[in-house]
Amino acid sequence: MVYLEQLITSFIASAAFGVMFNAPKESLVKCGLSGMFGWIVYFVLTYHGFGPVIGTLAASFLIAFISQIFAKQYKMPMIIFSVAGVIPLVPGGLAYDTMRNFVENDYNSGLALAVKALMISGSIAVGLIFSEVLNHVIKRNIHPQKQ
Amino acid sequence: MKNREEIYEIMDACLLAGRIMLRCGAETYRVEDTMQRMALALGVQQTHSYVTPTAIMFSAEDGRSETTRLVRISERTTDLKKVALVNDVSRKISGGTLGLEEACRQLREIESAQLMFPFWVQVLAAAFASGCFVIMFGGGWIDVLPAMIAGGAGYYSVVLFHRLIPVKFFSEFLASVIIGLFSYLFIVFQLGNELDKIIIGAVMPLVPGLLITNAVRDLMAGHLVSGLSKGAEAFLTAFAIGSGIAVVLSFL
Repeated sequence: MVYLEQLITSFIASAAFGVMFNAPKESLVKCGLSGMFGWIVYFVLTYHGFGPVIGTLAASFLIAFISQIFAKQYKMPMIIFSVAGVIPLVPGGLAYDTMRNFVENDYNSGLALAVKALMISGSIAVGLIFSEVLNHVIKRNIHPQKQ
Repeated sequence: MKNREEIYEIMDACLLAGRIMLRCGAETYRVEDTMQRMALALGVQQTHSYVTPTAIMFSAEDGRSETTRLVRISERTTDLKKVALVNDVSRKISGGTLGLEEACRQLREIESAQLMFPFWVQVLAAAFASGCFVIMFGGGWIDVLPAMIAGGAGYYSVVLFHRLIPVKFFSEFLASVIIGLFSYLFIVFQLGNELDKIIIGAVMPLVPGLLITNAVRDLMAGHLVSGLSKGAEAFLTAFAIGSGIAVVLSFL
């Protein structure tokens, strides 16, 4: 039940971000799918006690991987699919908590949260890059004649 | 060897494509890559480009002399549809199925076209996204509707304020103040349960997610200047949102 709830809301949220970024109409469902798969990986991992950094890393890796498949299949830039999918992983809640702690003069917890938010943003990027690099390596080794 | 007129026309087409892509939120390395590929397919062997989020410098060599041109980008939005369309044109040019003149015509059409979703659809999308984020961040269903209203109002006001005062920081700041006020009122009138969850959900449509990811990808691809400036833009947006919310919170 919990998973179903998360699957549906993450699909809608990612597709809605596709609308806000004006992704082509026919790609909206795919935006939603990449966001949904990414979020569910993050959710399952954090639910079972892995930290949010690991969860984010795995999720963004998967999102980039799926986006690459979509990009190749539908001949569109990969960014269309990955951007909307990555949005749920952006540590908006943490950034908010950070700011809230700063406002309430609790600078120590504020700083700790800020560093955590930074770590998570970093792991989004690392996940995306890893996936892209892996894709390059595979492409170069399997289809060397194309290069 | 191409003559000067032809080189100018090819550069026009490449710069037009680059300009549209950069304005619509494509990554820097993709812009450079597209311009280079187009130029190569149209018959200019040697090109150099230097792209930052605010300007494109592009030079083409025609054997003896070199022509360099500069384009200034002042306004940036996110319009992935146009990025996809330009990508399509450049793909056709590389494939040899599209000539220079036709490509120029199509690119001009793309540049002037109004392809965004209607504004009310965007506001509705922002509202739905905000509502969903409440559930995703572990809130209860009771907070979904307040977050939808606050999030929709926030997105509406950020666009509205940006039209009135074209300073991005200021419009984002005001919009998040509005989000904070809305959420606070919902709590006061007992329509919502958790203030934190409502605010986080409602703020998500304003969060600079695209900028952050593009910034890091540009940095990793070696475009240090554009990576840093996009990062600065993202930080400024996050700071605007945070301080807007903070203003409201500090009065509670």
